[in-house]
Amino acid sequence: MMTAKEKKSPGQLRFRSGGRKSFSNILVYGVLILWALLCLFPVYWMITFSLKDNAEIFGENVIGLPRHWLWSNYARAMTLGQMGRYFLNSFLVAVISIVITLTASCMATYAMTRLVWKGRDRMNKFFMLGLTIPIHAAIVPLYVVLGKAHLLNSLAALFVPYSAFALAMGILICTGFMGDIPYDLDEAAFLDGCGVWGIFFKVIVPLMVPAVATVGIYTFLQCWNELMFATVFNSSEAYKTLPVGIQGLAGQYLREWGPTGAALAIATLPTLLVYVFLSKKIQDSFIAGAVKG
Amino acid sequence: MRKTLTYRINIFLFLLPALFLFVSVLIAPIAMSTYYSFFNWNGLKTPEFIGIKNYVELFTSKSISFIPALKNSLLLAFLSVFIQLPFSLWLALKLSKRIRGERAFISIYFMPVLISTVVIGQLWLKIYNPDYGVLNVALRAIGLESWTRPWLGDKQVALGAAFVPTLWQYVGYHMLLMYAGVKSVPPELLEAGVLDGCTEGQLNRHIIIPYIKPILRVSVIFAVTGSLKSFDLIYVLTNGGPVHATEVPSTLMLNLLFLRNRYGMGSTIAVMLILLCFAFALLINLAFKEEKPV
Repeated sequence: MMTAKEKKSPGQLRFRSGGRKSFSNILVYGVLILWALLCLFPVYWMITFSLKDNAEIFGENVIGLPRHWLWSNYARAMTLGQMGRYFLNSFLVAVISIVITLTASCMATYAMTRLVWKGRDRMNKFFMLGLTIPIHAAIVPLYVVLGKAHLLNSLAALFVPYSAFALAMGILICTGFMGDIPYDLDEAAFLDGCGVWGIFFKVIVPLMVPAVATVGIYTFLQCWNELMFATVFNSSEAYKTLPVGIQGLAGQYLREWGPTGAALAIATLPTLLVYVFLSKKIQDSFIAGAVKG
Repeated sequence: MRKTLTYRINIFLFLLPALFLFVSVLIAPIAMSTYYSFFNWNGLKTPEFIGIKNYVELFTSKSISFIPALKNSLLLAFLSVFIQLPFSLWLALKLSKRIRGERAFISIYFMPVLISTVVIGQLWLKIYNPDYGVLNVALRAIGLESWTRPWLGDKQVALGAAFVPTLWQYVGYHMLLMYAGVKSVPPELLEAGVLDGCTEGQLNRHIIIPYIKPILRVSVIFAVTGSLKSFDLIYVLTNGGPVHATEVPSTLMLNLLFLRNRYGMGSTIAVMLILLCFAFALLINLAFKEEKPV
């Protein structure tokens, strides 16, 4: 398991630099900066046009900063659809999915790494199939079953599949973190009279806090941005999540770029704000998820 | 202690939540999808067993156009592996060599990954807008009026235009994985290389890239299976149009399911996607194993 914390930085080597070298350095910087601008531009553009009126957006001032900061676009966005409701739905679905994923994957990881039984490695491989199974695999059967159970258009129609599809990654990440907890602690707790449940709750769970953040971040972003299940399973206004909601808004108010931009910004800025403060942690979550060793 | 650790009921109880979720939402539906794929079924009437006719129709019928959709997603996979990944690798290699602003660059490049694909799709829709989009406005401003076009509405260029945001969004993701890999190369290896007089290019080619092969393998698998599954951005940008020019298997599947009520055929596409994803993952693994020098 190669986790971010183990990595050393080897890049401390300098190459002899001559005149040609510095020219190519400028070229490298040029490309790096250009790509950074290309990454930033859509977000910059979104924020600026979310504060403009159509006259500015459609001609007078296409990419500049807004001349009149039209905050009313944001007020308008909140009343256009039901942004508040979409936001709350997305948030609830994400939080419930995180709780389920964490609980289930922590428990399963404990069973597969600390408890002793034949076939635990095979069971782990079985769960890892989930990393490759596309969500398309489940869409028709889930649609049929949820329909029959009258669960279409509910939050459960989303958080149950989301946690199931996040499970494989959850177990993968938990396995890495749980491996770092020394067995001596289990034994000490056992000698103090703990059973497996006692060991799990008193020793393992408190030490799995770093995994909580990693799994949580990963699961959160999966749920927050998911579109296919959300479109198919929840079409009623009351249970739409943000992606489905803003997709509907943007299609409905084609000429109102300002308020649409404001709606897009409302959906995006919370994530970006968290990213500004936790960028390293968020990046490490993605690395831990992909690099298993 | 060993006795409590092997107590079967505990093992079962610890596994229960995960196993229940996993089997009921992933494994059972695969079985059900496979089952449905042998039926002609509109979701209401009794399903009619038709054997492999759905599969035959999928690959032969012109009106379903699965082959063009598959070709489109394979083209995306190709572009992803041969343009997006090399560029990401280049960025990762440059950024890991103690460049000023290293952290800032990485954070900026990774940012698009975190933004919802619907938001990105909506922004690019507006960038491509024929009348007011930034792209056409910019082309007019520099006197290239003749280059302007309705990017997503023109059959000739729509596919390319729809792929650009997809490729753009995930460069940062692959760059981050590769960067983490490059940073994990033991410094001794690099020092040895430098002492032997390696140039930067030689270090990259002979030490760093072979060392990070496991990560390159993960990146290639993600890029290819991700392309086969691609849905969000295409759905938002074109939903397969104009006239199926940008159709990919996922958009086709949803259209068959929810516009034409063909549950059997929709399941057939789902099954094909599962098979293709596993097949490609397996192939890529094999390719990377064989190349590994002993």
